[in-house]
Amino acid sequence: MLAITIDELLRPYEFEFFRNGVIVATVAGALCGLIGCYVVLRSMSYIGHGLSHSIFGGFAFASLIGINVFIGAGAWGLATALLIASITRRRPIGSDAAIGVVTTASFALGLAMVQVWGSAGTDADAALFGSILGVSTADVYLILAVTIATVATIIISYRRMLFVTFDPEVAEVSGVRVSVTDAVLMLLLAASILVTMNVLGVTLIAAALVVPAVVARLLTSSFTSMLVIATVVGAITGVVGMNLSYHLDIASGPVIVLVGAALFIAAFILSGVRGRAGLKGLAHAH
Amino acid sequence: MSTDTAVTTDLVRLSGVTCAYDATPVIEDVDLTIEAGDFIGVVGPSGSGKSTLLRAISGSIDPVRGSVERKGVRFGFVPQLETVNWDFPVTVSQCVLMARTRPLRKFWPSRGERVAERERLHDVLDRLGIGEFADRHIRALSGGQQQRMFLARALMTDADVLLLDEPTSGLDVKTRHEVLHLLDELRRSGLAVIITTHDLNGIAAHLPNVVCLNKRVVAAGTPAQVLTSVNLEATYGSPMEVLQHAGMPVVVDAAPEFHLLTGTDPAPVEPTASRN
Repeated sequence: MLAITIDELLRPYEFEFFRNGVIVATVAGALCGLIGCYVVLRSMSYIGHGLSHSIFGGFAFASLIGINVFIGAGAWGLATALLIASITRRRPIGSDAAIGVVTTASFALGLAMVQVWGSAGTDADAALFGSILGVSTADVYLILAVTIATVATIIISYRRMLFVTFDPEVAEVSGVRVSVTDAVLMLLLAASILVTMNVLGVTLIAAALVVPAVVARLLTSSFTSMLVIATVVGAITGVVGMNLSYHLDIASGPVIVLVGAALFIAAFILSGVRGRAGLKGLAHAH
Repeated sequence: MSTDTAVTTDLVRLSGVTCAYDATPVIEDVDLTIEAGDFIGVVGPSGSGKSTLLRAISGSIDPVRGSVERKGVRFGFVPQLETVNWDFPVTVSQCVLMARTRPLRKFWPSRGERVAERERLHDVLDRLGIGEFADRHIRALSGGQQQRMFLARALMTDADVLLLDEPTSGLDVKTRHEVLHLLDELRRSGLAVIITTHDLNGIAAHLPNVVCLNKRVVAAGTPAQVLTSVNLEATYGSPMEVLQHAGMPVVVDAAPEFHLLTGTDPAPVEPTASRN
């Protein structure tokens, strides 16, 4: 019985598209978990959400005019971020409201373009909701490259990025170039969204960015440990989510996010139990 | 400290500095010179521009008029405790070390450099009396220990000038004295220390120099020179009595509301400081 079960579980690995999908989902989960720590701690969750939606507009436009989707969507995302910054600077509108207006408009424009003209050569559904069928070997190399670049940047700029995340004003006074560090973070975030779009889908990337980081925060009070735990949690959600996605025949994005949500519930309960145990220990000590 | 811009041995010199947010001036026409070993308390009511003055000194805000000269000076900044995100997941040692940013070419330090840095960290933490808390989360410290932690972070930047935004706010009397004593020790070692505070009597007892600020510099000098009823009323817009105790000025709130609330006169003490 057990042998049959294991055989069943391993069967999808006979297919190259599935192996690629698992690699990409695992690495994408780890990448989103890692970069998500900065997103969550800087209260930028809404930017992650908005940026992923606005990039769909770029995806649709790039498909329409027949240019490389990653370049087109990346440029579109950058233009959107600049537009948000410009609106916030020139008018008395909060950045959250500007993000709400610009990114949803971009997303809606993308949907309209796909409906009217279609998405030649690319799968709009995969971009929206994620699909293991959309993963090619080139995607594997691309996401590995972005992950290596992100990890290298975080190692090289570890203290700068921590300082700017914790206390940007003091970091600036202490000689850290906050605007450059912010720009690097936004670049990494945009690149992470772009390369994970096919597996997770733009509608669900924000959850992949936020959930592992929140799970990690519930489990640790050390920044370094949070980065490690969030990366591992993200990778676990990717590999488990992809396998469940295949066996349950549900799109990969929703399943990966639901696995993350289950881990969040477990961490939430565990942190509550540990908190109560800590309080009991204090009561006994007194 | 000097408000005379002709002095040349200064670390930082502000000349006619005006800073504004949304075209509304917050500080106006401020002249101030900071020298090594200075220990200056900046006092003034809320909204008088104290924090903005610190930002102008450090360069995190540019003046709309006037100039600030900083001769390669490094700054260490201690923020108001109320502005800190205490839920942020950092331990004391992580918080202190974040200020030790490395040049990109030296992102991977040698083992010897790492050991030296850890030793320095523990030296600084021990010197400030918080060595045993290095691995604790920042929220697990008392208010005085939190101040010391940020002071340790500022010291780890090899700062020439320490800027502290209300370092005695919310601290009990004993801890307040300890923090001010510690700052006095640091300035004796050659650092310039600038603090903003509402603790007039604390600075009268501990600081050699005071600046009264209400958008403009109302008065600057020693506590005995500056903490007078006239200067304080000009700064705060409210009458204050200044008494003398053991050769130090002691500021007493002499607001007329006192009479209305109690139906009595204020405590019968003889002011010895003259209104000038």
